[in-house]
Amino acid sequence: MRPEQILVPMPSGLCSKAGGFHIDPTRPVDKALITHGHSDHARAGHGHVLATQETLDIMRLRYGDNFAGSTQAITYGETLKLGDVTVSYHPAGHVLGSAQIAVERKGLRIVASGDYKDVADPTCAPFELVPCDVFITEATFGLPVFRHHDAAGEIRKLLHSVAVFPERAHLVGAYSLGKAQRVIAMLRAAGYDKTIYLHGAMEKITAYYQQRGIDLGPVELVRGAKKAELAGTITICPPTAMSDLWSRRFPDPVLAFASGWMRVRARARQRGVTLPLVISDHADWDGLTKTITATGCSEVWVTHGEEEALVHWAHMQGLKAKPLAIVGYGDEEEHEAESPLPPQSGGEGAEKKEAKP
Amino acid sequence: MNRFAELLDRLAYEPGRNNKIKLIAAYFRETEDPDRGYALAAMTGALTFKNAKAGMIRALIAERTDPALFALSYDYVGDLSETVALMWSAASVSPGAHARAGLSPQGSGEERELMWRGEQRDLFEIPKPERLLRNDPSPTLAEVVETLSTLGKAQLPAQIARWLDVLDETGRWALLKLVTGALRIGVSARLAKTAAASLGDKEPDEVEVIWPGLAPPYTELFAWLEGRSDKPKSSDPAPFRPAMLAHAIEDGDLDALDPADFMAEWKWDGIRIQAVAGRDEHGDMVTRLYSRTGEDISKSFPDLLTSLRQPGAIDGELLILREGRVQSFNVLQQRLNRKTVTPKLTQEFPAHLRAYDLLADETGDLREYGFAERRARLDAFVTKLDDPRIDLSPLVAFTTWDDLIAARADPATGGAGDDADAVEGVMLKRRDAPYVPGRPKGQWWKWKRDPMVVDAVLMYAQRGHGKRSSFYSDYTFGVWNGDDELVPVGKAYFGFTDEELTEIDRFIRRNTVAKFGPVREVTHEADTGLVFEVAFEGLQQSTRHKSGIAMRFPRVNRLRWDKPPREADRLETLEKMLKQGAISTPLDSAKTENQS
Repeated sequence: MRPEQILVPMPSGLCSKAGGFHIDPTRPVDKALITHGHSDHARAGHGHVLATQETLDIMRLRYGDNFAGSTQAITYGETLKLGDVTVSYHPAGHVLGSAQIAVERKGLRIVASGDYKDVADPTCAPFELVPCDVFITEATFGLPVFRHHDAAGEIRKLLHSVAVFPERAHLVGAYSLGKAQRVIAMLRAAGYDKTIYLHGAMEKITAYYQQRGIDLGPVELVRGAKKAELAGTITICPPTAMSDLWSRRFPDPVLAFASGWMRVRARARQRGVTLPLVISDHADWDGLTKTITATGCSEVWVTHGEEEALVHWAHMQGLKAKPLAIVGYGDEEEHEAESPLPPQSGGEGAEKKEAKP
Repeated sequence: MNRFAELLDRLAYEPGRNNKIKLIAAYFRETEDPDRGYALAAMTGALTFKNAKAGMIRALIAERTDPALFALSYDYVGDLSETVALMWSAASVSPGAHARAGLSPQGSGEERELMWRGEQRDLFEIPKPERLLRNDPSPTLAEVVETLSTLGKAQLPAQIARWLDVLDETGRWALLKLVTGALRIGVSARLAKTAAASLGDKEPDEVEVIWPGLAPPYTELFAWLEGRSDKPKSSDPAPFRPAMLAHAIEDGDLDALDPADFMAEWKWDGIRIQAVAGRDEHGDMVTRLYSRTGEDISKSFPDLLTSLRQPGAIDGELLILREGRVQSFNVLQQRLNRKTVTPKLTQEFPAHLRAYDLLADETGDLREYGFAERRARLDAFVTKLDDPRIDLSPLVAFTTWDDLIAARADPATGGAGDDADAVEGVMLKRRDAPYVPGRPKGQWWKWKRDPMVVDAVLMYAQRGHGKRSSFYSDYTFGVWNGDDELVPVGKAYFGFTDEELTEIDRFIRRNTVAKFGPVREVTHEADTGLVFEVAFEGLQQSTRHKSGIAMRFPRVNRLRWDKPPREADRLETLEKMLKQGAISTPLDSAKTENQS
């Protein structure tokens, strides 16, 4: 049995002919298994979607009730027979509801890990190691310069800055699903108990996290707050909002950005960030390499990111390894993190809309 | 070291001057001696380590990393110190070393329950290195500085490696920046001293005055600033005395002043310096040249230093004189910022001091005297010194303001003669004004010649920094060339009010035709576009600009909403101004170093 008889990498995602499904397809398909709710993995328009309840809820929040023809929820650890293969979902530690999908046939197990991280996150279930023969991994931070181990230290850095600049507002750019809520939860863990303000784009997902029992303390929409009231406060917003008209409502804002990309200074400078916070929801280099080793796999497939270095590393460990070059993953972050300006068409309209409180 | 590293890290990203001062001051407050003193030394450029070179760092990392992974990483990061700082401990992690003992392959229901109660766990907890078992073993900044100053070249690589092993990413980055002498965090010596002064609510000039007598780690300085001891006494025989500055003359100011109370002199387009000579305890002459802000620039002008043969402190303008004639700022510029001063350079660009004030002489400090008295003593001092490199800045004769207005309009016939090209205006000084540091009201006035203005068209805009980070506040503007195309001739960042900025920003957002990263191209057609009246201080030829012309000190003087772009100025107009020669001085920030 060759792994390709279970899962075939296609440009549009991973396809299982034997099981009759795709994993995280980047175009509409009949039957989709979704690892997590980020828009580059979870797209609308599939015939049938299998995912964790949280991921289904998040897709519904983002795309509306008709995001798929039909849906089915699966819990972590539950096993399901699909065609000739068996699938099960396991926590990936990436965001709320995120899962790795194990696909098994005749004793050969492939784990498609989606996006994952191997460090603590108070807002989602911790990564679970699933031993396998083939491990399919991302490589968003697949270079040995990416090391994200001290997220708590980064939160201390933010709080120190708030103490040094009580007359300024602190804006923290964070992806609206996962990172925003994690930053809030970590601020709470560090003892920060004041109201944390939110950009409107964070509202629905944050409320959903709270509804799922995750304690985020007092959070409020920033809309309506007066400029003077915002001195000394922390506001979480999408990264693009920081350089937008929207940011003018804040007194001399300190621009922080919570992202693994902030590890590299040029990336932070390009974005005009003055307080980079190295907090990532993806495994860093050590996390990727340790996880691959720990699965005991003999073969590694790399879906997206800095695959060259990771494939090179795997070969040095005597593992079979290949890049899959799946087009379209990493786009949610690219969209939120990389585009310094709104898209050309309609950009002005979008800015103006946000400018009104 | 870690706290210093955090400070450098933060400063490297912070664009605002006042915010930088706050960050540095907070660090000084939170950090003990002698670490903070060494930090001050590092930021003022008082520390140099000769033996640590980039090649050594490269060799260290090569021993510890796979070459292919290093190449990919360096290519991505683009900076050697940073790449090494980030990769370093990855090098010491041997693959597969982290056993997953105790991990259940399939998570149990219990574990998920724990998560919902907010429990945190790190499934791949790294076995704690020995360093974490002790109480923070990372070196202090003082340890690093003191060790480096005594360590031989041969022991250096191993020592650096030991430190890199115990520091985190930011700490390693800061260490490498420190030892290779390339901090590049946008902090001047003056800024660091200003931050130190703010600890004790002192003026930075008070720190400048005693600075030459101080040495790292500056414990007596901090003790004074924190009110724990008296001000350190300067035993320096050739100390800096903080400069007295002038206010700009505005419309109507002259009407309120009596010409009889004032003396006038030319405002020279050079660099303001202080030339000080004094005898030390052995009777040897100590000579120094200081910049306007108190930086010791003696090394750059050895040819002038030897002329300081009389104890005293001269306030004057540094100029380049050839055959008795003052050269343009452009010429002086070619001598500035040179790392090494060769005999060829001093011969080709001979330094000259044009004296306009005397702050001390053999009899002692003269700053309490009125300007007329000091000027008389200066006259005697310069005559007695009788050195070709030091002369007296002539007074401009006038009895009425109209006389002075005429002299300012035409310095050549007003008394400046052949040196008129190097005159950028006149200075007015009250006869009875004592020499007071800073910018006291009503004592000294500067009255610059009128700026040049052209009407130019806004072509590109870029977002600003800090408070302006959401505003398009950096403008590239152009004028029409012979083919009726707009060519960029300069960039302006200021000159407009906050309200005007908001209006320009709105115009840019509504009239963007293309975007290149952070830059917007703004409509600039014959009939649609925004015209700026741009004021500037001079023009020079430039190979860097497509137009062949560069402006000195350009700023937005007025917004010409009323003017269609087709009526903006043409390149020929600027070329004519350049040919007329009266304004052939270059673009440079050193401009601010004169009497203003």
